[in-house]
Amino acid sequence: MATEVQGEEGGLVFHPMDQFKVEPLFGGDVIAWYTPTNVTLWLGLTVLAIVALLILGSSKRAIVPSRGQSVAELAYGFIYKMVEDVCGKEGVKYFPYIMTLFMFIVFANFLGLLPMAFTTTSHIAVTGLLAITVFLSVTVLGFVLNGPAFLGLFWAKEAPLALRPVLAVIELISYFVRPVSHSIRLAGTMMAGHAVVKVFAGFAVIAAISPLSIVAITAMYGLEVLVAFIQAYVFTILTCVYLKDALQPAH
Amino acid sequence: METETFETTGDGLADATGLAMHDPDTASGLPQLDFSHFGNQIFWLVVTLVVIYLILSRVALPRIGAILAERQGTITNDIAVAEDLKAQALKAEEAYEKALADARAQAQAIVAETRAEIQAELDAALKEADAEIAARTAESESAIADIRAGAIEAVQTVATDTAEALVAAMGSKPDGAAIKAAVENRMKG
Repeated sequence: MATEVQGEEGGLVFHPMDQFKVEPLFGGDVIAWYTPTNVTLWLGLTVLAIVALLILGSSKRAIVPSRGQSVAELAYGFIYKMVEDVCGKEGVKYFPYIMTLFMFIVFANFLGLLPMAFTTTSHIAVTGLLAITVFLSVTVLGFVLNGPAFLGLFWAKEAPLALRPVLAVIELISYFVRPVSHSIRLAGTMMAGHAVVKVFAGFAVIAAISPLSIVAITAMYGLEVLVAFIQAYVFTILTCVYLKDALQPAH
Repeated sequence: METETFETTGDGLADATGLAMHDPDTASGLPQLDFSHFGNQIFWLVVTLVVIYLILSRVALPRIGAILAERQGTITNDIAVAEDLKAQALKAEEAYEKALADARAQAQAIVAETRAEIQAELDAALKEADAEIAARTAESESAIADIRAGAIEAVQTVATDTAEALVAAMGSKPDGAAIKAAVENRMKG
C-alpha cells in the first residue's frame, strides 16, 4: 500500500504501515523472544491503565461512587451482565477470564488511538493468540464438561435426517473458521483504521488539501473511537457465545 | 475492511511468504505478517494477560463485586427502614385521627351537656318568671277589681249626692231612700 501511494503522488512520502513496526526499546537490531520492544511498552501501559481504572478507581470503596469508581463499576456490570445473559448462570464462574479479555482489548484499542502509540491489537500475533486461546479452551472445556456429547453441537437434530451430515460438515468448518474470523476481525479493523488515518495525515503536507485532510482525520478518528469499543465488545460477546456452546452444546 | 483484505491477499501475503520472511528488517510489507517477532509478541502478550488476570481475579473484581453487593445491601436496608418509617407514620396518623375524632366526640358531648344544662336553667327561670308574672297579674287584677269597686261606690255616692243636691235645688225635700234606689236602678242599666 505504501509503495502504491508513493507512486501516484510522486513527491509525497507515505508510510502508513510504519506505525505497526515492532522495534526494540533500547536499541539493537535483534528481536529475541524476551527483548523489551514497543510491544512490551504498550502492553505494560495497558496493564497500568487497567490498574488505574479498576484498582485505583475503586480504592475508596465508596457507597456513593466517584467518577472513576462509576466507570469501573459500569465495566464490571457490563461484562458481568453480558456473561450472565449469554452463557447463563453456570457461565458466571468464567467471568474473570472474559473480563480479562475485554479489559485488555478495550484498553489496548484505546491506547492505540493516542498519537504516536503502538496498537498491540492491530497485530495478528496478538489477536491470533487471543482467538486461539479462546478456541482451544472452549473446545477443551466442551469435551471436559460434556464428554462426547459435545459433538452433538455439530449434529443438528431439528434438521431432516438426510440433511444432517451436510449440515454437520458445514458446522464443523464454521467451527474451525471461528478463531480465524475472531482474530482477523479485530486485527484487521484496528490496522485498517490506523493506516487510513496515517494516509490522510500524509496528505496534510500539501497546503491546499490539508484542511480537508484534517477534517478527514477527525472524522476517521471519531469512527475509530467507536470501532475501538465495538471491536472489544464484539470479541468479548463472541467469546461468550462460544463459551455457551461449550456449556450447553444442545442449543 | 476491504482495504485490509485486499492488502492481506495481495501485497501483504506476498511479502509475508516471500520478501518479509527473507528480509525482516527492511520489509516493505505488512509488519503484522513478519513472523520473526511473533515469539516476542506472544511472550509479552502471555505475560500481560497473566498479569491482568491475576490483578483482576485477586484484587479488582472481588473488590468491585463487594462494593456492588454492599451498595445493594445498603439500598435494601434503606428501603426496609423507609418502609418501617412509613408504617410508623401511618400509625401515628391513625392515632392522630383517632385522637381528633375522640376530641370531637367529647366536645360534642360537652356541648350537648352544656346545652341541656342551660336549657334546664332556662326552663326553671322561665317557669319562675311565669309564676311571678302570674302572681303579679293576679295581684294587679285584684287591685284593679278593688279600684273598680271603689270607683263604683264613689260613683254611686257622688250620683246620690248630686241627685240629692239637684232635688234640693228644685225645692223639694229629698227622699234619701228613693234617690238611692233610683241611682242603683240607673247604675244597673
